[in-house]
Amino acid sequence: MEKIRASIIGGSGYTGGELIRLLLFHPNVELCEITSESLVGKYIYKAHPNLRKSTNLKFSSLSEIENCDVLFLCMPHGQSQKSIETYKQKAGKIIDLAADFRLKDLAEYEKWYGHSNSNPTALSEFVYGIPELHRDEMKSSDFVSSAGCNATVSILSMYPFYKEGLVDTERTVIEVKVGTSEGGNKYSASSHHPERSGSLRSYMPLQHRHSAEIVQELSFDEKISVNFSATSVDMVRGVLATIHLFTNEKLNDKDVWKLYRKYYYDEPFIRIVKEREGIYRYPEPKLLIGSNYCDVGFAVDDTSNRIVLIGAIDNLMKGAAGQAVQAFNIINGLEETTGLTFPGFHPI
Amino acid sequence: MKSADCPVCDGLVELDEKTVTGELIECRDYGTELEVVELDPPKVEEAPQEEEDWGQ
Repeated sequence: MEKIRASIIGGSGYTGGELIRLLLFHPNVELCEITSESLVGKYIYKAHPNLRKSTNLKFSSLSEIENCDVLFLCMPHGQSQKSIETYKQKAGKIIDLAADFRLKDLAEYEKWYGHSNSNPTALSEFVYGIPELHRDEMKSSDFVSSAGCNATVSILSMYPFYKEGLVDTERTVIEVKVGTSEGGNKYSASSHHPERSGSLRSYMPLQHRHSAEIVQELSFDEKISVNFSATSVDMVRGVLATIHLFTNEKLNDKDVWKLYRKYYYDEPFIRIVKEREGIYRYPEPKLLIGSNYCDVGFAVDDTSNRIVLIGAIDNLMKGAAGQAVQAFNIINGLEETTGLTFPGFHPI
Repeated sequence: MKSADCPVCDGLVELDEKTVTGELIECRDYGTELEVVELDPPKVEEAPQEEEDWGQ
């Protein structure tokens, strides 16, 4: 089979680095160009030292980008929408890892991102990028907008409950504990080691943008609301979501097992993790580092209608680059797990 | 192959041909240790487990 020619716009960040790592070892991909305006002419390993000797590619400039089959956009939020028509001339298929085309409601986009979307017509062309929810749409689409990392783990943990209409939709509380790589590779005073080390920082108790994605994807018969908070913890990668979800009827353990199995039994990247004993009784992000899995678990409160859902992912994988490659496989008619079968490390 | 339902998570628990009554097997999904109490039809019950106290 002829290889699919792929290029990356904006490949110097953490997500870009992870995407390069995946695509270099993807059996159906020829990675052609990776742009970075600040590193033009430098070897890829200058930004991503783990890739030393894996490739002789150098960063190129956006102005030099040539036509290819698939273009991955890894730029800061707000950039893709300005040049999307130009990128469409370069590649027939585009996967955007930023937030530009995630929210389908223009008013919601403006509310959460503080500016209007400069290319509203493109919104309807992009499929929201969680394959477990939008696989069929992706199969007939050329454009995918990868989901936010916190949104991904939250949505996947809760999706079966909302889809089945089981949730008291005003009371859901989501608390995510996130690794520092979510903040990107730009340093600041807050990332200075003496300040950061050992920190447990409530960095977004309210108004996290990913709330809007969760509401969009889990609103079926009515618009829901969620109460979302994010805390930065002293780890590099990973997200652990603890979700307090109240059901409108009493469910027991077996009910929840059945529900999760109904939706996720055949999903290659979702695992139900709930064990009675042992060390890893519920999902834990460190076991997922480098893997594309989303682990979901739960505990049912016998005294109320509360179910505590626990979800975990690697934010740079299932929450970004891995999810994008999964979508890439789907829109190109490849086996969905291609290039994504690494199961993680233990111990780590 | 004979099978039974896990009494905790309702998952399918498979018993091989050599399984005997009283044997302890594990639920693949939940990891629960189960005791085979009947063979025909197969029936399993949750085996007693040590509780951990992580609340110190």
